[in-house]
Order: sequence, then C-alpha cells, then structure tokens
Amino acid sequence: MIEGRVWKYGDHVNTDLIIPGRYLDDYDLRSLAAHVMEDLDPSFSKKVRHGDVVVAGRNFGCGSSREQAPVALKHAGVSAVVAGSFARIFYRNAINVGLPVIVCPEAASRLVDGDIVVIDVEEGVLVRPSSHTRIEFKPLPGFLLEILSDGGLVPHMKKRCLK
Amino acid sequence: MRGMTFAEKVLSRASGRQASPGDIVNARIDMAMSHENSLLVMKAFGEMGASKIWDSSKVTILFDHRIPANTVKTAEGHKAIREFVRGAGLPNFYDMGEGICHQVMPEKGLTLPGTLIVGTDSHTTTYGAFGAFATGIGATEMAAVWATGELWLRVPETLRVRMNGTLSNRVSPKDAILHIIGDIGADGADYACVEFSGESVDSMSVAGRMVLSNMSTEMGAKAGVVFPDGKTNEWLSLRTKKKWEVVSSDSSAAVKDIFEYEMSDMGPQVARPHRVDDVVPIEEVEGRPIDQAFIGSCTNGRMEDLQAAREVLRGRKISESLRLIIAPASRETYLDALENGVLADLVRSGAVIINPGCGPCLGAHQGLLAQGERCISTTNRNFKGRMGSPDAEIYLASPATVAASALRGEITDPREV
Ligand code: SF4
Repeated sequence: MIEGRVWKYGDHVNTDLIIPGRYLDDYDLRSLAAHVMEDLDPSFSKKVRHGDVVVAGRNFGCGSSREQAPVALKHAGVSAVVAGSFARIFYRNAINVGLPVIVCPEAASRLVDGDIVVIDVEEGVLVRPSSHTRIEFKPLPGFLLEILSDGGLVPHMKKRCLK
Repeated sequence: MRGMTFAEKVLSRASGRQASPGDIVNARIDMAMSHENSLLVMKAFGEMGASKIWDSSKVTILFDHRIPANTVKTAEGHKAIREFVRGAGLPNFYDMGEGICHQVMPEKGLTLPGTLIVGTDSHTTTYGAFGAFATGIGATEMAAVWATGELWLRVPETLRVRMNGTLSNRVSPKDAILHIIGDIGADGADYACVEFSGESVDSMSVAGRMVLSNMSTEMGAKAGVVFPDGKTNEWLSLRTKKKWEVVSSDSSAAVKDIFEYEMSDMGPQVARPHRVDDVVPIEEVEGRPIDQAFIGSCTNGRMEDLQAAREVLRGRKISESLRLIIAPASRETYLDALENGVLADLVRSGAVIINPGCGPCLGAHQGLLAQGERCISTTNRNFKGRMGSPDAEIYLASPATVAASALRGEITDPREV
C-alpha cells in the first residue's frame, strides 16, 4: 500500500525536465536524485518525502529512453507516478526499476498539489481520505505486477536465472 | 478475412503466435543496439546473475553520445565497455569515430527490412525507414534481452500518415515531419506504429525517410515505418550481402486512424521552444536573433543535409553575431563530404566542423548554450535545458533554414536568401 503527499504537475513532463542530460554521466543514485525535476521545480528534491506521489497530466516522461528518469524519482523517495497517460519508454523503464506507474486520467485531473492519497496498486484503487474520494483504475497486467513486487526487473530476472 | 498490419506481421513472426493490437507478446529480438548506456546494461546484466550473451551476432554496441570522452568519468565508462566487449567477443562494436548509432547501424547493414530491432535510445525508430520494426527500450530490459534474446512488447495499433504532393524547393522532409507533429501532437501517436506513405514519401531519398521515422518518436510512436522500395533495396545492397524479406501492411488491415496531408503548398516549418509540437510556419518567427546554429544529429546530419546547407551558404560568410557548428552523422558522411568539397565550402563560410557523433544535441559537450542564448538546430528535441542552460531557447528547423539563419544571424526563410 502506498501513502503519500501529491506533487502535481502538468502535461508533457519530459525526461530532460525529470533529469537533465548534463547529469547523466553521474552514476551515483543519490546525486542523481538530488537533481530530479530540477528544471521544472528546483526545490522538489529537497521537499519531497519518502512515499510521496507525483501526479501529472498527459504524456508523462516523454523524450529520451534514459532510465535515470524513473530511477532518480524513485531514489528521491517517490513511491508512484499517477498520470493521464505515459510516454511508452518511461512507462516500461519505471516498471523495470520498480517504480509503480498508474494510468488514471480521473485522478490526474481531480487531485491537487498537497493532497494525501492512499493507493492500492494491485487492486487498482486510489483513495483521498480527506474528501472520501475513491477512484478506480485498471491495475497492471499480472506479470508486470510481479516485476514490481520483486522490486524491478533485475531482482525478477535474478530469480529466473537462479532457477 | 481482414488483412494484417506490418506491426502484427512482424510481432506475430517474432513471438510465434497471432499478435493483435493490445496483446502483450514475448518477442524474439533480431538486433539489439546500445551506446554509452551499455554501461548501465552491463551493470544490470551482472546483477541479474546472467553471464552469457544469448547471441553475440545480434548485439551491437557503439559510442556516439560523448565522443571523444568529455570527462574522466565518461572515459572510464568507455574503457569498461571496451573491456566487456572484448571479453564477450562481440563482433558488432564500433568505437568512437564511426558516428551516431542511428546512422551507423543502417550503414553497417544491421537494420534489415522485416526484422525486430530494439535499442536503448528513443530514436531507434529511425530504422523504420528501412522497413524494420524498431523501437526504443530501457537499459535494464536490454540486459534481459542480452540474457534471453526476448522482450515483452505490447502489439501497437497502426496510424497511417499519407503525404500527398511533392515538397517545394528548399522545403525538406524535416519541414514535413515538423508540420505533422505540430498537427498530431507530442502524444498523438502514443504506443502506435505509424506508417508513412504517399507521393512525397515515394519521392524522398532514403535519408529523407530516415528523418520521418526518426522523429516519429516525437509524437509518441512506438515505431515509424516506410515500406521498402527500389531505393531502399539499392541502399542496403551496397552495404550488406545478407538477404531479407520485405514485410508490409495489407491494404485490408484495420488501422486506428488515417491522416492525410497535402505537402505541395507547405513552406518551411519551425518548432518553437520548449515543445517539439509547437510548430509554426517560418513567417511567424522570422527575424529572431540567433546566437548558435547547429547542423547535425541522427535527424539531419547526412550528406543531403550538408549539401542543403552548402547550397545556401556557398561563397558567402555566416553572420559575425553567431557561431555555426556542424557534425556529420557518420564517418561515411564525413568522408564523402570531405571528398566532394562540401566541408571545405562550409568551413570557408565560417562553420566549425566537429567529429561525427551526437555533438551538442544532448547538451553534454561540444557547444553548450549559455543562459539567455537562442539556438536554431536541425536536431529533434527543443526541451528546456536540452542543449545546455535551462534558460536557453532552442528552435528546431531544417538544414536549409538553419543555414539561412546562420547567414543572417536571425531566423530566416531559406527561400529568401
Ligand atoms: S544525435 Fe541526439 S537524438 Fe540522435 S542519438 Fe544522438 S543524442 Fe540522441
């Protein structure tokens, strides 16, 4: 179960905004996380708390195939991204690094910055307790949930390679 | 009976089952490409506990993003990848000096029609210009491909983009695709396979078609394909002895949408900062002063692009108020342009030529923008911060438009110089 504060952004949040190319030669996850969302919201990485949720509009994560984008969000403490829609490579990368991604246009339009939400990724339910709002979304297909619950594709494959 | 789309045919073959849009299939990969981010792939590969690459003839690794190495960190990365390549005995490795992955792969004959190609780069869609189903993936899942040769893929819906009429003088495939992206939107083709066809596409060179497939990712497409014809066959036969089988859509196949464009009356197009789909006719931005102009990248660094620039600039000098950087897309382009005198002309006009590679396209080195500067570029992305300072502006345009703008020091219609 995920519980956290909502950080709300608009449409087309691209991968250069999530993590600019100038930091990509840095393979240290903590320093990557320190620059996450920097060109969009310079203080984000300082304010975000473990468990928080990024909520955005359409086409979240458009742009490059850089896996550092979901990695940086995850390492900054973000526990899930909810968006109206996702760009396809970001979507894949997020699951592969163990960051839940939820397609839910209704939540994307109704939630506001600062909301507290509780999300059940497996059941496909998002709740905003303060207003007794309950929003349902289509859960991920089973084998993607499995990758997520293993913590990403690396631990998932490890299980498979060791079998 | 309903026919099948290109995407359905390729993914059915690769997965060994009937693949229809929306299905998730486990597909066998024909070619897997990665560049400097091979370092991340190697890391994940090791962490997965994998030890052997499933088929070394199907893996390509090359350097293009940061060459020559711009920092010690990059140099260490290159070194580690070289060692890995040697250890694994990978035959398809191209060190710095060959050029941009999306140009080098076709030149080496590694992008055959009808094949399924994945690359750890979003512009992997470029190989669609050769009738391959080619798409970008992440580094971790590439490690799984290295280990197993397989990857899950959602079978995409298909969008057809028909481009009727012929492009007018000094209007190029880049203008055409910018116009289409402006119309369809940055997520208008999300998850879809886009098929480009029509008179304009038929009359385009292979290089021109590569611009379309390359930029299809900027409208969210999973793949952007042009079905092979005589030109494609000729281009590829000069570079490989391998055989291939052309796959194309049946005309009776179900497609999600069809877009039609009349290209004959269209003038040069420009994408304004900071969105690729914020596209306007050049008249709307003409006259804006420019600090830097760049001609290159996997979108527009080929011979016909350099020639378009030369045609505009020949015998004249660029404005003293700006700098012009040019990066040929590959060693092959570089050599051709050296031998036919195009580079000499461009240098005489005031251009700085840098080595084949991504150059300033990704904002890592070789010509970063300062705060408040404005750049006009033949690349494919004008996102905030993409080429340097987040407070710089990037306009995307064709090589002819960039050259004309360099001449005057402001955004200029190439038909007017
Ligand atoms: S030229 Fe630019 S867009 Fe093309 S592969 Fe290199 S960095 Fe990416």
